[in-house]
Amino acid sequence: MSNELNILPELIFEISKEGKVGYSFRDIDISDDLIAIDKSKLREDIKDFPELSEVDVVRHYTNVSKLNHSVDSGFYPLGSCTMKYNPKINEKIASLKGLNTHPYSPTDCVQGNLEIIKELEKWLVNITGMHGFTLVPAAGAHGEFAGMMVIRKYLESKGDARKIVLIPDSAHGTNPASAHFAGYDIKEIPSNEDGVLDAKTVKEYLNEDVAALMMTNPNTLGIFEKNIMEIADLLHENGSLLYMDGANMNAFMGIVKPGDIGADVIHLNLHKTFSTPHGGGGPGSGPIGVTKELVQFLPVPLIIEGKDGYSVNYFNDAGIGRIKNFYGNFLVIVKALAYLMALGKENVSKVAEDAVLNANYIREKLKDVLDLPFKSKTLHEVIFSDKDLPVTTLDIAKRLLDYGIHPFTIYFPLIVHGAMMIEPTETESKETIDAFIDVMKKILDEAKKDPEYLKGAPYNTPVRRLDEVLAARKPVLKWINEENEG
Amino acid sequence: MQYFPLTDKQREEIKKEIGIKDIKELFSDIPQEKAWYSLDNLPNALPENELLKRFEDLGDKNTYSDYLSFLGGGAYNHFIPEVVNYLSNRSEFLTPYTPYQPEVSQGSLQAMFEYQTMMAMLTGMDFSNASLYDGGTAAIEGALLALRKSKKNKILVAENLHPEYMEIIYSYVQNLGIEVEQVRYNRETGKVELDELKDKLNSEIGGFVFQSPNYFGVIEESKEISDIVHSEKKAYSVQVVAEALSLPFLTPAGDNGVDIIVGEAQSFGLSLSFGGPYLGFIAAKKEFLRQMPGRLVGQTKDVDGKRGFVLTLSTREQHIKRENATSNICSNQAWCALRAGIHLSTLGKSGLSKISKLNHLNTAYFVKEIEKFDFVNVKYKKDFFNEVVLELKNDNGIEFLEKLKNRKIFAGIPLKWFYKDADNQVLINFTEMHNKADIDLLVKEIGDLK
Repeated sequence: MSNELNILPELIFEISKEGKVGYSFRDIDISDDLIAIDKSKLREDIKDFPELSEVDVVRHYTNVSKLNHSVDSGFYPLGSCTMKYNPKINEKIASLKGLNTHPYSPTDCVQGNLEIIKELEKWLVNITGMHGFTLVPAAGAHGEFAGMMVIRKYLESKGDARKIVLIPDSAHGTNPASAHFAGYDIKEIPSNEDGVLDAKTVKEYLNEDVAALMMTNPNTLGIFEKNIMEIADLLHENGSLLYMDGANMNAFMGIVKPGDIGADVIHLNLHKTFSTPHGGGGPGSGPIGVTKELVQFLPVPLIIEGKDGYSVNYFNDAGIGRIKNFYGNFLVIVKALAYLMALGKENVSKVAEDAVLNANYIREKLKDVLDLPFKSKTLHEVIFSDKDLPVTTLDIAKRLLDYGIHPFTIYFPLIVHGAMMIEPTETESKETIDAFIDVMKKILDEAKKDPEYLKGAPYNTPVRRLDEVLAARKPVLKWINEENEG
Repeated sequence: MQYFPLTDKQREEIKKEIGIKDIKELFSDIPQEKAWYSLDNLPNALPENELLKRFEDLGDKNTYSDYLSFLGGGAYNHFIPEVVNYLSNRSEFLTPYTPYQPEVSQGSLQAMFEYQTMMAMLTGMDFSNASLYDGGTAAIEGALLALRKSKKNKILVAENLHPEYMEIIYSYVQNLGIEVEQVRYNRETGKVELDELKDKLNSEIGGFVFQSPNYFGVIEESKEISDIVHSEKKAYSVQVVAEALSLPFLTPAGDNGVDIIVGEAQSFGLSLSFGGPYLGFIAAKKEFLRQMPGRLVGQTKDVDGKRGFVLTLSTREQHIKRENATSNICSNQAWCALRAGIHLSTLGKSGLSKISKLNHLNTAYFVKEIEKFDFVNVKYKKDFFNEVVLELKNDNGIEFLEKLKNRKIFAGIPLKWFYKDADNQVLINFTEMHNKADIDLLVKEIGDLK
């Protein structure tokens, strides 16, 4: 097919040539006689390590980069990942020299940076209705872990840590994993035929061992957990807490505050709702917000705003302790604050409004050609199944690649057969979405006429379907210099 | 506003299409008595030029750049070639998600595979993962990896581990039924007490976590340590490295018999950035493969037989194994690992050797120059890499640093922050970014304090 002539870049090790130099730096002006380490501890050579000129490095990484689909190159409706546009001014701001300081600088010399952290905390407090925030967690899962630790510390302070955390069957895998690392056993709780949790069901699962319920809201079906206030009341009566996973906060930011509808702890993903780029998998940032009763248990460091400026509590015996070095992923925090300041208070709810409008438009346009497993109202994303199709969700996803569109999230949540989870976000135009709808219809048409052809897709990508079984069965996790082998 | 491409007319068209009159109808599942709140305490939208100005002003409130800094302690100011910024900021690298669709993510995947290879080469290990959050969380992941493999729940940790890493370990284990016991360091050499390690090691111990170069900058006897640890069945040595630039200068961990190496690779192309984002790394012997935390990129073939790369061995991970996963990590520090890969390729074999050596020689030069004063003393004079502890005879550390701060120098970190018995000690770091004149100035200013 068309990619026969498509030549992939070699690995950086394969273009290395002995003696090439890619950097410039002053020569060493101190005698080797001063070396204060035993010779036996010194390294002789880094075998096979790359040696390249600067232009070699630039061409290599430029050509490698071109093999990626990205938000800046096209539509990326990956459900639950909120692949919104990443504003360019935020990158410029994050690179400002004035912000680039050492984390152990005396606090009077980094007042600007501490103000940035405190400012973002204020924005998040106002948006979510939580009492206090920490911006330390490095990612969503790290926030979940910190949040569950806070819950545990709080319950311990009451003399009863409890054993069990309830998690709905539609939850992300990080929820049970994070609760487990906070020392809890997991009990899965089913959602009802409308795709949400029933207060009645929750009640059945409650007992004196239940520490908390982790609820993603809107859940991974894109449906708002409309019984949240009733469920929160039940939990609180039982002495349990409500953890709200805010991965999908883009759906109702500015519409309703989690703190007003019963959440005790929430985490947010700055790399989703607050526009910071995903960078091919990270760095993210997963701040957690908590109620007044829980603030004292937050991880260190804590930034304190006083009359004479900002200071830092680097130790706090009451809390869960330290969970990460320094202040968190600071530059991600900078970008998120820049995003919110650019939005301003008047545009916060507009994010959710347009995101939900776009998702419902896709739902409306595709509901006659794809199976909609849950008929409930959906917010920022819509989930279809591959029921009654002549091909699978995977085939459709792979065919989308040929049309230059990144597929939606596939086969998640697990409770939907062949799930296609589509999240367009508010930063996509109607033109882009219309084009996507057309392509989807075209593919479904192709599927009817020639399902075998779709099973071979993609055809126009740098590589075609990859053998994942081979990768796992005979793991090759680094380049091996074949010249050294044999 | 520029981030919303829908026009009002299109919004109306879509509303009509989906059969609603008011946008609020879409949110009717939300408890209406609580919905549609105001954000009166927050500011209005800032236009782009004013936004930039606002952050420039915040940057100006930081007076950090007015000072000559010798701060280290797990965050180091190193040379970053401009190509690292230029290439890593390409939006093809910056704006994709985790490579879940490998056919259109070969760029991220190949860069990660190359990063994994370079880290394996630098550490002398069989394989590396695709990144963890930072040095501190990597330390606990290393400890947990050793315990999973050994099926034990007690671990020894060196007292001279980075104090923040130590705190992180204690935070993480508090609810996991894992016991942590410390092994003291020798007050003369700054190194782990090997006799105490031997004494404390027994069949219940799953491993020993130690840092080299340790928090005081001193290179540990990794080989002897590993040998001692291995005298016990199913006990593993876990080396922590907070200064990754020591890797190209020193015998690789793999050659010293270390089982797992973890740490902080901020020194590979990441600016100080007030502490993040940085880059946690973990590499190990191949027997740890199935227990490894985090993402791994592996090589494979496509249907046409072409070489390609995919995320692999994901049955270890949370999205498959849920509460039984090896770690809860999902988002990692992929873009930081990309920067590390570009940085390492650009400096290459010769650049890494030269710059790491310059770090050591700058430090050694300071040690020699400061000898002329009898009111200060370098505490551990042998086997340091690029940090030393300075002991003060007349001063406590905090006052000493305050005096030098008044002379526009950040001369180091007061060890009193973390150690009760170290009132008069400060930790000083030297990198290739300091030239002789900077070090001479530091020495002169210290001399003037007498």
